[in-house]
Amino acid sequence: MTDLTSLTLAEAREGLANKSFTSLELTDAHLGAIEAARALNAFVMETPDQARAMARAIDAKIGKGHGGPLAGIPLGIKDLFATRDVRTTACSKILGNFVPTYESTVTSQLWRDGAVMLGKLNNDEFAMGSSNETSCFGPVVNPWRREGSNTALVPGGSSGGSASAVAAMLCMGATATDTGGSIRQPAAFTGTVGIKPTYGRCSRWGIVAFASSLDQAGPIARTVRDSAILMRSMAGHDPKDTTSVDRAVPDYEAAIGKSVKGMKIGIPREYRLDGMPAEIEKLWSEGAAWLKAAGAELVDVSLPHTKYALPAYYIVAPAEASSNLARYDGVRYGLRVPGRSIGEQYENTRAEGFGAEVRRRVMIGTYVLSAGYYDAYYLRAQKVRTLIKRDFEDCFAKGVHAILTPATPSAAFGVGEKGADPVEMYLNDIFTVTVNMAGLPGIAVPAGRDAQALPLGLQLIGRPFDEETLFSLGEVIEQAAGRFTPARWW
Amino acid sequence: MSVDAATVRRIAHLARIAVTDEEVPHLQGELNAMLAFVEQLGEVNVDGVEPMTSVTPMEMKKRPDVVNDGGIPDDIVRNAPATDGHFFLVPKVVE
Repeated sequence: MTDLTSLTLAEAREGLANKSFTSLELTDAHLGAIEAARALNAFVMETPDQARAMARAIDAKIGKGHGGPLAGIPLGIKDLFATRDVRTTACSKILGNFVPTYESTVTSQLWRDGAVMLGKLNNDEFAMGSSNETSCFGPVVNPWRREGSNTALVPGGSSGGSASAVAAMLCMGATATDTGGSIRQPAAFTGTVGIKPTYGRCSRWGIVAFASSLDQAGPIARTVRDSAILMRSMAGHDPKDTTSVDRAVPDYEAAIGKSVKGMKIGIPREYRLDGMPAEIEKLWSEGAAWLKAAGAELVDVSLPHTKYALPAYYIVAPAEASSNLARYDGVRYGLRVPGRSIGEQYENTRAEGFGAEVRRRVMIGTYVLSAGYYDAYYLRAQKVRTLIKRDFEDCFAKGVHAILTPATPSAAFGVGEKGADPVEMYLNDIFTVTVNMAGLPGIAVPAGRDAQALPLGLQLIGRPFDEETLFSLGEVIEQAAGRFTPARWW
Repeated sequence: MSVDAATVRRIAHLARIAVTDEEVPHLQGELNAMLAFVEQLGEVNVDGVEPMTSVTPMEMKKRPDVVNDGGIPDDIVRNAPATDGHFFLVPKVVE
């Protein structure tokens, strides 16, 4: 039965519909795969009993012919999504054994549509990281290895568990979140597809908050079609999140295979960095050539404020994080470290409960918002953000449908290789962070391999709420590049 | 701009994070590295530019000011580290 795990979500959906196998069989196959892959540390909580109960219930519904768009499909859930009666920690010690009494809107929509939960996936603590090494449950290992090497590589972050589990076929798809690249960078590092939709497309209700004006949920899956299927269930208006947008959710899957003929694809010159590896450059021009061969028109575009996106992000995101994370005080839930006064209790709890990266970002955020520095840092960064968004608007106003860029400046790196200098780690998000700052949709699609046979991804950036164009273009790249599957060693 | 050791302690206190004397020099180095990185924003001409307040142009929705949830005190205190009935317990606040 283990070969059931190698099906795509779309193939499994068909097999379930024509009763080639049951959801319970499909779920059991994945639970077995998860158990055999504990070396990857992708799951921080396995929920086999709940998974089987959900699978049995949906099998009964499928029998009666009303299962829903995701009927019987086993998924992994990033531990940033609150799941009712299932421990949710954001991979932080400070949440301890927090068990929500409510369900996030996005996951509730997945269960509404018939999906099955396999368990909770590892991530960087509070989604702050680009390598999944800041998790209090330890790093996730990438199922990919360099050719001829046993070195453990990171899966990227912060949705490292999601990317690793999908690439290793432990689940058919996974939820993820993206604040500066946390869906697209791990997707690129693991040969999977990840889309961050337009800000407001998915409800943020019930997702542990990092930086509220940048956070957005999205799926990681093994094909562009699978990601489109998941996106449709995850998206939609929610009265409980005032920033979620009240607009109809299109049938994203219908965009797969649509002609891209005549579409204008922008190639932004500012993304050609000094010292960019030749293989990234080559991947990028190959991707452009594939889109051109499919009938798209390539145009040079300029996004002049690109280089300021990352520094502006490292003011805006920590500022919002310092405010969002103020709620972790050891009083109402989570870890409590006693002190002689309530003030000391707060300080002790937060010192012990937050990891080094989170402490650093909360402190930077506190500093840039403090009296006397607010204008120089925070206000200036928000003005730069306006300019970054304007760059994209100017580009789209000239008739550009989407923008093609590399997804990351390199392939996956080794566990423990980076991190001594925080800024070096931050540079991983150089191509993805602009998209969050402007609130746009972006998809990462695997497109090739580096010299050591590791997967590399391309990113497509779209107009607001035009995820459909990204799925159409992403499909062209997937058809040309093929799919990328790691050799099993675990 | 860069921060000195006293500023690091002041920020830590504002952020309600206890730091030990041994941690201060290390934190100071890291915070200064980040501040040096964001320094380049000073090059950008932001004269007359409005700061971004909403990433998607949209009107904030309004709803009637009515109670639409509640009556769940058991849920509210379910995860509390220390409670007395439906109350959260904390150390003495007023001497």
